[in-house]
Amino acid sequence: MQPAVEFRQISKAFGPVQANADVSFPIARGSIHGVIGENGAGKSTLMSILYGYYHADSGQLVINGQERQIRSSQEAIALGIGMVHQHFMLVENMTVLDNVMLGAEGGFKLSKKRAETEAKLREICVRYRLDVDPLAVIHDLSVGAQQRVEILKQIYRSAEILILDEPTAVLTTQEIASLFDILRLFKEQGKTIILITHKLGEIMEITDQVTVMRAGRVAGAVATRDTSKEQLANMMVGRPIEGNLPRKPHAPGAPVLQVEHLQLKDASGVQLLGDIALTVRAGEIVAIAGVSGNGQSELMEILSGMRLPTSGSVAFNGAALPFAGRANADGLPATFRDLGIGHVPEDRLRDGVIKDFSVMQNTVFGYQDRVTTGAGLFDFKKIADRCAHLLEQFDVRPKDPNVRIGLLSGGNQQKVVIAREVSAAPKLLLVGQPTRGVDIGTIESIHTQLLRLRDEGVAILLVSTELEEVRALADRIVVMSGGRVTGELHIDEFDTTRIGLLMGGMHTS
Amino acid sequence: MEDFQFASIVVSTIRNAPVLIFAAMAGLFAERSGVVDIGLEGKILASAFVSAGVAYTYQDPWIGIAAGILASVALALVQAFVSITQKGNQLVAGIAINIAMSGLTFVVAQYFFQQGGRTPDLGDARLGAIALPGTEAVADVPVLGWVWGQLIGGHSVLVYAAFLLLPVVHWVLFHSRFGLRLRACGENPHAADAAGISVQRTRYTAMIIAGVLCSFSGAYLSIVQSGFFLRDMSAGAGYLALTALVFGNWRPVYTVLGCMMFGFFSAVQIQIEGVDLPVVGRIPGSLIQMIPYIVTVVVLAGLMAKSVAPKALGKPFVKSR
Amino acid sequence: MKTTELPRWASGFVLPVLNLLSALLVAALVIHLLGESPVESLQILVNSAVINPEGLSYTLFYASTFVFTGLAVSIAMKAGLFNIGAEGQMYLGGLGLTLAMLGFDASLSPWLLIPLAIVASAVFGAAWAFIPGYLQARRGSHVVVTTIMFNFIAAGLMNFIIVKYLIPEGDQNPASRTFSEAATLPQLGTWFPVLGDTPLNISFFLALLALVVYGVVVSRSSWGYKLQATGLNAHAAHYAGVRISRTIIVAMLISGALAGLAAVNSILGSTHYLSLNFPAGAGFIGIAIALMGRQHPVGILLSSILFGALIQGGFDLSLEKPNIPQETIVFIQGLIILFCGAMENMYGPALLKLINATRSNGARKG
Repeated sequence: MQPAVEFRQISKAFGPVQANADVSFPIARGSIHGVIGENGAGKSTLMSILYGYYHADSGQLVINGQERQIRSSQEAIALGIGMVHQHFMLVENMTVLDNVMLGAEGGFKLSKKRAETEAKLREICVRYRLDVDPLAVIHDLSVGAQQRVEILKQIYRSAEILILDEPTAVLTTQEIASLFDILRLFKEQGKTIILITHKLGEIMEITDQVTVMRAGRVAGAVATRDTSKEQLANMMVGRPIEGNLPRKPHAPGAPVLQVEHLQLKDASGVQLLGDIALTVRAGEIVAIAGVSGNGQSELMEILSGMRLPTSGSVAFNGAALPFAGRANADGLPATFRDLGIGHVPEDRLRDGVIKDFSVMQNTVFGYQDRVTTGAGLFDFKKIADRCAHLLEQFDVRPKDPNVRIGLLSGGNQQKVVIAREVSAAPKLLLVGQPTRGVDIGTIESIHTQLLRLRDEGVAILLVSTELEEVRALADRIVVMSGGRVTGELHIDEFDTTRIGLLMGGMHTS
Repeated sequence: MEDFQFASIVVSTIRNAPVLIFAAMAGLFAERSGVVDIGLEGKILASAFVSAGVAYTYQDPWIGIAAGILASVALALVQAFVSITQKGNQLVAGIAINIAMSGLTFVVAQYFFQQGGRTPDLGDARLGAIALPGTEAVADVPVLGWVWGQLIGGHSVLVYAAFLLLPVVHWVLFHSRFGLRLRACGENPHAADAAGISVQRTRYTAMIIAGVLCSFSGAYLSIVQSGFFLRDMSAGAGYLALTALVFGNWRPVYTVLGCMMFGFFSAVQIQIEGVDLPVVGRIPGSLIQMIPYIVTVVVLAGLMAKSVAPKALGKPFVKSR
Repeated sequence: MKTTELPRWASGFVLPVLNLLSALLVAALVIHLLGESPVESLQILVNSAVINPEGLSYTLFYASTFVFTGLAVSIAMKAGLFNIGAEGQMYLGGLGLTLAMLGFDASLSPWLLIPLAIVASAVFGAAWAFIPGYLQARRGSHVVVTTIMFNFIAAGLMNFIIVKYLIPEGDQNPASRTFSEAATLPQLGTWFPVLGDTPLNISFFLALLALVVYGVVVSRSSWGYKLQATGLNAHAAHYAGVRISRTIIVAMLISGALAGLAAVNSILGSTHYLSLNFPAGAGFIGIAIALMGRQHPVGILLSSILFGALIQGGFDLSLEKPNIPQETIVFIQGLIILFCGAMENMYGPALLKLINATRSNGARKG
């Protein structure tokens, strides 16, 4: 039987970066095919070419046995290719129905096709057990439901080849299981699924075939049942991945951070955090595990002074953090820094660096008032010396202090942020998703840094969606779901199933 | 006496609103598609001058209006090119157009008409008031005569066009394919793009529509309201229209209500002038003229926190993969 | 080796020059359509504004005003604020200056009077920028629309104040009385006779001083760093501990103060009385200057001189060529804002290609 999709020598470059180089492999019809690789391996680019966003520099796309030029997403849709993006392509203030009709309105007057479309959607929902109300407004739906809307859109357009880009990043364990059931149902109906992911466990669980990409090329193509997680990881990285990094035994000191009854309500009264309590001691790493969107980001914002809690108290080295009596958090992060709380933010481009500033300017970001002379002018010699030292110590590449930080790779940007926060000798370090968008080599070095800090007696509060990272770093694990702490365990009690259940604890599917 | 004053305020409100309604509806299309349109002022000025000038030359208001449309659309395309294709700063582009037109309209008016930067009086070449059938018959009936003859009837055709625009705009925005695509581009252009819609083309279309609608605002100013073009005659109407959009949360009905509010204040303004008020006495014209601008600031101060602009407003669309 | 980004000299100098030339090209086209020769017009302009020493003096006199309005708009831009209200802020600055002069010009010596005028104009200008700044910081009201509104409000308010309170008895002119001799800025023409009897005065040096202070503060102080961070990424600036509300308000106050200072040159250097609409568009020219000069002290200075030349040359041009009235300069202003502000990167990709092509050619040859 002809493959549904075949890539033949696809190459694509963006300026000096070769995103795809001579990529060739087939995808069998009626199968679930995984494409795996680290960040920057080229899998997203390849799928974008298949979906018509980009045009390959050379090579051919063969769809159902026929060579095709796919120049736009419209042409891809016409060929039966659908894509569920990592960041949902939904208009939040419109209904599911409107979102589905977008691009397929069937005429100038919307009313003509509305009823017909609604009926068809209900039918699809029943057939594939998607459980979505066509008249619901998107921003009222849970993340899992929104993803089902994305899938619904593709099925409605008769997609026979479905591309899913990192679909499980925002789902709980239970939601992932539901998604996989849906995918199996699609496979039974003869549809072809392409699953882009970096999660080895999922590949092993659901796929039939795996293609491994590395640095723009195909590093391996195997049948899932013939391979293992370790083998795939090796192909992804080209070398064995980190085992357990060395660390001193868990012997925590005095409590540095004590959170009690912390609550957060947003402007419309929605409870974002409910009754949070946790403690972090000197010399230990407490990791908050959980699917993103369950209150971890908000908790970090409060603890770093970027946001005020609605009620509750936080004690830092015994003294209450100065939330009281303030109308807003304007300027509060500076106070927290002065107390000795460092913060490596989750979203470094939005919060942690100024893209257009140089690397050197970014090394004083947040600490700008500490490197001035009496007149408020910068002590450039001091800044330059410190910067050179940090770039060397943390192996930032390129080692140019004057280059705009926006031009550095994600991993190197993160190194600058960590270097900066660490060199201020904090007593508590808040770290959010430290290795998001970072290449594997840098991940190891960041993990080593964090463990070193822990051994030196710093209290570290880590938020991570990657369970592997949590297992590698944590002394204690706190699981959050739905804005609450659903469970706490010591690293020795680490159990993926139990944590998964806790992650989905307060969730209604 | 009181009734008479109230009546003329109401009629004045109706006659002041169209300038803002046309401009606000223009801004609505542009901004709902995601493009900030600060350049309404410049388009109003350009079309005011061109329609008055051409109407005078051909002694025909309709030819003037047509020419005004061309001028306004040309400017809208420049703005569109800068904002959409060049992905430049949309605020700066709008301000640039406003300043450029302030200067250019004067220069060209001076060149053609040698009257100190204004156009000659249109005299009869203006759009007359439309008397609804039966006006004469009910003219003497109390209340009804006034309502039929002056409140509902007796306005220029552009006034009716402005108010009839409301249901049309509402329907297009919420019940047509184009409106759905337009709103998607303004809320989440990536979603529109993924659905196979050309964000670029939709936004260009929105800008062209904005150009057309805005031109009627200028034509109304110069042809209907005054009968000639005078430098900087828009006097901030473009910005008041934007404020009406904020006031109306970018929804057609409430935006038009906002325009009527400004129209009301203008009407009251004229009535107060020359009138001895209790306590404060006669308020000088220059202070009264400040009223709409002060109202704008108050509206913006009060409402910005609650006003919900189209999510992607002002952000150039770049396909990110 | 290919670069993916324009080198500093290209983006900081070549691009602005290309943009400026584009604007002037369009202006030349319009002048041609008006039936005049662009080349001849340019000649008249350059002769009047640069070659003739008295004309040059006038050019620098206007430039002094524009440096201040250009700085006003620039410093607000650094904080991410588009201050369109420099016109109204300058107008109110003139009021502050006038009130101080009317009150004290008979009793104080010039050594006290001039600094008093400077302080008064700065304070009043800052006050006029306060509300828009406050509303942006605390209510999110867009500073573009509020400052434009405040321009209109200023026009009405000042009209009222001048007509009702400041016109001396028996006078028809909508202006205050003339200030005393003591309230006069020393003219540079008295020290350099070649400049003739022109209004160019020590404000020019004040302007240069302001440029230096601006340059140092923005690029070398931690406050300037925090200002730029706020303008580039307010989220991140908040993370870095910057007090965003206060930064926005202070930036607008300083911006208003600088615009107010522009009144000092304009009034005390030239007319010596407060007249209706005396700013005559200087606030809007400040916008063009901030964009063309890319908010850099040297760029602001050069752009101010350029606009000074346009105003001076444009005045003489309008006398000789009635088809090119002074409003043509307003049109050119708009073009410059368009090309240097909104389309600033239009030539970027082409320039980058050119640079890379020449580099690889050079590499091959070498």
